[in-house]
Amino acid sequence: MVHWSAEEKQLITSVWAKVNVEECGAEALARLLLVYPWTQRFFSDFGNLSSPTAIIGNPKVRAHGKKVLTSFGEAIKNLDNLKGTYSKLSELHCDKLHVDPENFRLLGDILVIVLVSHLGRDFTPVCQSAWQKLVGVVAHALAHKYH
Amino acid sequence: MVLSAADKTNVKNVFAKIGGQADEYGADALERMFATYPQTKTYFPHFDLARGSAQVKGHGKKVAGALVEAVNHIDDLAGALSKLSDLHAQKLRVDPVNFKLLGQCFLVVVATRNPALLTPEVHASLDKFLCAVGTVLTAKYR
Repeated sequence: MVHWSAEEKQLITSVWAKVNVEECGAEALARLLLVYPWTQRFFSDFGNLSSPTAIIGNPKVRAHGKKVLTSFGEAIKNLDNLKGTYSKLSELHCDKLHVDPENFRLLGDILVIVLVSHLGRDFTPVCQSAWQKLVGVVAHALAHKYH
Repeated sequence: MVLSAADKTNVKNVFAKIGGQADEYGADALERMFATYPQTKTYFPHFDLARGSAQVKGHGKKVAGALVEAVNHIDDLAGALSKLSDLHAQKLRVDPVNFKLLGQCFLVVVATRNPALLTPEVHASLDKFLCAVGTVLTAKYR
């Protein structure tokens, strides 16, 4: 089980309180598809992904980004049981969606960048450290049920 | 990363030893990769991945063939693998981390079947070569 210090929990929750889940989620997913274009392989039915403008404005990307980040919010409420929280989603991503868990790591890094771009200097090194730990642990939990 | 003359010699020697068994090496490497790194199976939902699968054998043959071709054109890997590079960038889009995993498994297969062959120097050369192949195959990703 992952150990979270009181400071880490505070840094995570205080940043999360400032997050607009819909906006950040949409932005994070759009950036994933742009920065790592091979991740588009999972979204062939999302319509137009042909340019940065198309991706950023794509309603399916926005909706899915919101879905993903909303789920992230659940993780933050359950920091002491991430594997349990993500058990079913892990199975889904393995058995039905066939998503390489590397993508969870990529999205985690992207999310950190999105948060930084919104929070600026408030995203201190210790803050980044806590969040990189969080995204890493979430990625691990999502990959946990892979077989 | 640059392959030295010694690296190229080492790699050619390894593949000369492997000879006509390259197909088996390819299949063995894939099987080991699926067992050791289950997440790699996500790229093959359309395959039967049970032990001894004909599809895995067939794919192993393809992979081995590409490696042999690369060795035969070791001075111009980008040229030799250009079509495969396009394929991986445009269609397959296998995340770059997975090439390291398959490379590791290929090294393991070479080592299990030829324990004396993989000296530290040869190991280094072969690892560099496999890394270079992975780099070429992902070079056009973005």
